[in-house]
Parts: sequence; C-alpha cells; structure tokens
Amino acid sequence: MSYPGAPAISFQPRYAPDGTEQDGELLEVSLGPQHPSTHGVFRMDATLDGEKVVRLKPVFGYLHRNHEKIAEGASYLAAMPYTDRLDYFCSLTSNWAYALTVEKLAGLAVPERAEYLRVITAELTRIQNHACVCGFLLQDMGALGTPLMYAFRERERVLDLFESLTGARMMCNYLRFGGCRCDAPAGWLDAVRGVVAEFPRFLDEFEALLSNNEILLARTQGIGAVSAAQAINGGLTGPLLRAAGINYDLRKVDRYGIYDRFEFRIPLGEHGDVFDRYMIRVLEIRESLKILEQALKTIPDGPIIDPKAKLRGFRPKAGEAYGRLESPKGELGFYLISDGGPNPYRYRIRPPSFINLTLLEDMCLGRPLADVVVILGSIDIVMGEVDR
Amino acid sequence: MTGSGILQGLAETAKNFVGSFTHPAENLATIEYPEQRQKLAENTRQFPFLVFDGTDPEAGLRCVACQICEKECPPQCIYIIKSKAKKPDFVGKPQFFPAVFDIDLSVCMSCQICVEVCPFDAIKMDQDFELATSDRFQGLLFHKDRLAKPNSHFQKIHPTEAGETDTRRAADLEKAQAAAAKAAAAAAASAKPVATPANSPEAKNPPPASPAAGTPPM
Repeated sequence: MSYPGAPAISFQPRYAPDGTEQDGELLEVSLGPQHPSTHGVFRMDATLDGEKVVRLKPVFGYLHRNHEKIAEGASYLAAMPYTDRLDYFCSLTSNWAYALTVEKLAGLAVPERAEYLRVITAELTRIQNHACVCGFLLQDMGALGTPLMYAFRERERVLDLFESLTGARMMCNYLRFGGCRCDAPAGWLDAVRGVVAEFPRFLDEFEALLSNNEILLARTQGIGAVSAAQAINGGLTGPLLRAAGINYDLRKVDRYGIYDRFEFRIPLGEHGDVFDRYMIRVLEIRESLKILEQALKTIPDGPIIDPKAKLRGFRPKAGEAYGRLESPKGELGFYLISDGGPNPYRYRIRPPSFINLTLLEDMCLGRPLADVVVILGSIDIVMGEVDR
Repeated sequence: MTGSGILQGLAETAKNFVGSFTHPAENLATIEYPEQRQKLAENTRQFPFLVFDGTDPEAGLRCVACQICEKECPPQCIYIIKSKAKKPDFVGKPQFFPAVFDIDLSVCMSCQICVEVCPFDAIKMDQDFELATSDRFQGLLFHKDRLAKPNSHFQKIHPTEAGETDTRRAADLEKAQAAAAKAAAAAAASAKPVATPANSPEAKNPPPASPAAGTPPM
C-alpha cells in the first residue's frame, strides 16, 4: 500500500519463524459479535502475529438478561420456563436440572413413570443437540449447508416429538417439581420408538458423508488439543473432558434419576482435539439410542407426579441444595438457597458451556486464525447459557 | 486412497439429491408453507385465550377474575380488573367477572403456567400463530373481546383435554343442581307449616340455568 497518506500498517509478522524480531506488527482482530462463525452474539478479540494467534480474549455479555436475579424474584414455578431459555437447544435437560435441585431442596419423590419420561426426553435432547453440534462444527469448517441441513432434518423429527408431548418445540417447560406436567399422549411412545429405530440410519449416512473426509481430518486432527491435566484444571465437563480421556459422566458418577438401570458405555477420546470431540458426540448419540431403547422397553404405567407436590404456594423449607446433571454440553448445576419463602433466596447456575469456554485461549494459542473458528465450534456454546 | 473419503461423501449427497426426486415423501423434510399446512399436534400451544360457554362471550365467560394467573404469570403479561357487579357462573353461583382482561402477546412467553394454575378452566392455550401485525404495541395487546373464544374452539383444538374438562364440569353442574334441589326441598318442607310454598323465596328461585347447562359439547 503505497499511496500518499497511507497509514503505516505492516502485515508482516513481528517474529520470524526462527524467533528473531523483525519489522512487523501485531494485529488485533475483533471477531464478532455479528460474525457468522461466532455462534450467537459472542466476540473474540484476537491478537495476531501474522496469521498466528498470540492472545485471544473472549468478550461476552451481549445476551445477558439477568436470569438469576429474575428467578430470585419469581416463584419457584415461575423460574421453570426461564430455564428453557438457558440452553435453548436442550430445554428439557435444563428443566430437569432445575427440577432435580428443587426436589432435593423440598424432599419430593418422583414417580417411576415420570423418571422414565425424564430419561427419554433428556436422551432425545442429547441426540438432537449432538447432531446439531456436529452440523454446526462442519459448517464452521466450510461445509456450508449440507451436513447442518441433514442434522436439522433429523432434529425436526425429535422436535415434532417434543411438540406433541409438551406443546412446544424448543421452550418445552415440561417438568414440574415431583414429576412431569402431563402424561405422554396416546401413540407418543410408539412415535419415539419409530424415531429411535430410524436414527442409526441417519448416523451411518452422516458418518459416510464426513467421518473419512480428508478435509475434515486435516482440519480437526491435532487442532485445539487439551491435555487431561489441563482439562481438569480448567473445569471442563461433558464431551470436551471425555475427549481428553477422562472418564467422567454424571450419568455414571451421580447415577441421578434412574440411570443406574440402563446399560450404556461412555465413549472416551485420546487426544482431546477437535476430531475427538466430534467423534465422541457421534458415539454418544449411539449410546443415547441404546438408553432410549431400554427405557422404551421397560417404561411402566402409573402416576406422573408426586401427589404431595404443590403447583401454587410452593414453599420449600429453609436450606440449600446443589443439583447437577449431565446436560449434552457438560455438568449443568443449579444452586438454590431457600429461606422458606415462595421464591429462592439465591439462585445460581453452573453453566457448562460458559466454563468450557474458559480454555478457549489455551486451545487457540499458536494456531492460525482459521482454526479459531473450528475450535470454537467444537466447544459447543449456546450464548443463552453463557450469558444468562 | 486420498480423496476416497470425499468421494464417499459425495455419493451420500448424490443419493439424497436423487432421492428427493424419486421418493419425495421420505426425503423432503419441508413443505410449501402458506399453501400447504402441517397438521398441528394436539398439545401444540401458542398463546392463551379465554373460554366462554354458549354463544355470548360476555355472559358465558368462565373467568371469575380471581387474578391467580396474573400473579403466577412469569413475565407478568396479564392485566385484570375485577368487576364491581357479579354474574351467575355455570352452576348459578354469583361470581365476579373481569371488567378488563388484557394479555400482552409481545411479552407472553407461551409457558402455559396460567392454564395450569387456573382453577376454573377459564384460560387455555390457542394454536393460532399467524398473528403478525404492523402495529407494534396495540396490535399485540389483546383485550377481552379478542381473547374470548367459544368452548367449541377449545373442543376443536384440544379435543382430549376439552373432553375431560367438559365431563368434569358436567359432574360439577350435576352436583350443584342436586345440592340446590335438596336445599330447595328442605326449605320448602320447613316453610310449609308456616306459609304457602309460593311465598318462600328459596322455593321460588331454582338455580338459574347456565348457558352451558345440558348443552352437549359442540
């Protein structure tokens, strides 16, 4: 750029490959919040040396809507529909985490059929979330459209099931303290059986489409690797932690609900890189299908809500409780303090994707800018949950 | 072989592409929306509406303005002013009614909590989603006249739930009528020795028939 009055900017790297300083400058690039690759209103301030990232600062809060404070001012029941909006891909697991915590606080028991319905809806949620994450990840890599549309096509089937059970496709608001809001309508369980039987066909197709694709392998293998020690120190949970080789799944560790009745395995990665995270999600869908098959076989009849549970005027006794479960993104925890009133004294969420995001800079350092987008896609963030 | 993975993927997309022409029913997930419409699931919910019995939305409105939904609504989108006067409800008991009942649909988040907490089966979820308007504020602030919809509409969109509701209400009505008849008979019996039954106010006033009484669900 040599014209009169041109700014003195150099796009040369400051450091040569051998480490010697040369006549270049660091360049700060602001990615987002409107950038199409940033998964919602998320901004990254990346400092680049040439093409390499030397510093990366995540900036968020654009979607902050005071969730915790709203819930502290609302009744226990009124906070339930807000939990749908935390992770809007997985509203049913957010519902469950909140219901689990309040049940712990108030000492409510959940009838057996409701537990089965919870497991079925949670695993369906996991399936559709993981399918979509894989689609989004590939879109970030440049596979525009096709894989994501295939994933969305399958997600539609699951959302149709949610709609006929709960009334809404995404904002389900289905669980209640001590059970579920309504029983499955006639024929719903058969419809689930149909979707579960069909799903492996989609997975085979998806894997044939992509898992051996050389471009995918080149873009994901060895990228964004996190060691096991780093993952534990960073507090990672969910598929990211398991991709680093740590066998930690709350469905096995806590055995909340009735997960101890089902046989399933926890897929583990070795390298903690983007490819392992992708593969773990595909394998987890297959394990979730196994859980669903078992649950659909053994689901009993019976009531769906604890008769002691009150809808209105619900006041748990004073105390505190922390409830957590394995949401598709990791450990989703709710911490509640009750002072005996109709609304929680303190309401706190441990959002998995927010905490998984903390290691973003470590994953990206030294990588070219193009990899940052792929790494961010592999973390699986939903801004509704990160910003709350 | 380098490139075999890509070719494998291309074969998959080609299969889907050809399949969408040869077997559209299995391969096409979308429909041409305004012309073609999907049948909504029975449980589908969009925004609340008020149920009324019979044909007159004012007289048959089930809402008794107890304001429970207003209190429980998480985003506080319901606004109710209770009436000064009372009107008989479906079993003939005098009840308040809402002089004003507004729902701001731009605030409503379709959570269905108002429906769950309503003890009178007065508010239910509608399935109408084509509510787009260019009037940003008044266009989405629904007043009582626009919210009130007949029981037949409820029957049409949620047949299972409406059937259960109607059975329960019919039982309530029967019970109330039996109680009223018993009270009337007792009053008539105790009034007999003193005066003629025609002068007894209890015997003179049988429970007023509600618009829904005996009407089969439409």
